[in-house]
Amino acid sequence: MSEIPAELPAEVQSWIGQVRYEEVADFPVERGYIFTSCSSVENGNPLFWDDEVAAELTDGPIAPPTLLSAWTRPHHWVPGRTEELLALPVHFDLKKQLDLPEGVATDNEVTYGAPVRPGDIITSRHILRSISDVKTTKLGEGRFWVIDVECSNQRGEWVGTDTMNLFGYRRDD
Amino acid sequence: MAASYEGLAIDQVKEGDELPPLTVDVSATTVILGAMATRDWRPMHHDRDFAINRSGTRDIFMNTPNQAAWLERYLSDWAGPTCRLGRFSFRMHDSVFPGDTMTIQGVVEKVETDVLGCSWARLALTLKVKDKTMTSFSARVALPSKPRDNPWVRRGEDWRP
Repeated sequence: MSEIPAELPAEVQSWIGQVRYEEVADFPVERGYIFTSCSSVENGNPLFWDDEVAAELTDGPIAPPTLLSAWTRPHHWVPGRTEELLALPVHFDLKKQLDLPEGVATDNEVTYGAPVRPGDIITSRHILRSISDVKTTKLGEGRFWVIDVECSNQRGEWVGTDTMNLFGYRRDD
Repeated sequence: MAASYEGLAIDQVKEGDELPPLTVDVSATTVILGAMATRDWRPMHHDRDFAINRSGTRDIFMNTPNQAAWLERYLSDWAGPTCRLGRFSFRMHDSVFPGDTMTIQGVVEKVETDVLGCSWARLALTLKVKDKTMTSFSARVALPSKPRDNPWVRRGEDWRP
């Protein structure tokens, strides 16, 4: 396989700091998912199960903050769609454009804003923040990049940002 | 009548406090239910053949958003419904598989009150299988600074996670 060029292609450079994708969720936040999620981890927090507690503390039901990414994930199938939609399109664009076939998430940080409520429709904005020089790790040779997914509700309130550090690479063969 | 719940206030928390550990026997159901609940349809979280033959792992493995959900549950078991998650970071070291017994542990690293009067605890948390750390987490949570204080009412500029 050819060597990874040290210089970043101008097109990829131009993506840094720009909103590359803005996506409106396929469906409104709903309580069924909130119960399924709490059930999956046996989360008995009364905020999610007891309407009186939710009314007093959060002015009505809310979703567990860590469920944020679920509200922006595309359906597995919808009528008329022929290609699989990817949850993190900037990552896949970078892998393709930089010819780095493998990818792995190394770490991420999420900050949470206004609570997400049943009926909310979440909009996500995908922004490439930075790309490293070519690096060699035990996985192989490639580049690290940082992608922010900024989320807001239909009222324009910020509800959270997921900052992901990823490594796109070629395996050592 | 006020709703009934208990929540930990900031004056009940100090640096160095250790949270009670949580131990969970992970089954295939745990992994698959967790992936579906977080709308993660990727096959390595439900298809054992795919996980082994394509992902190169020994079995299906727990997805990241589901691990985050376990940690959120762990924090609310400790501090109750008035605990509001502000910031959460994690670093993955290795995967969690069906048949593993995972243990979640945590310690309070820092307690502080910001300029807006919001009280925060920062915690270091680990998810281990046997003695090996599979994921390490850091969480910043807001806790009531006095009785009946409620971090959830903070909005806009009053909330600085």
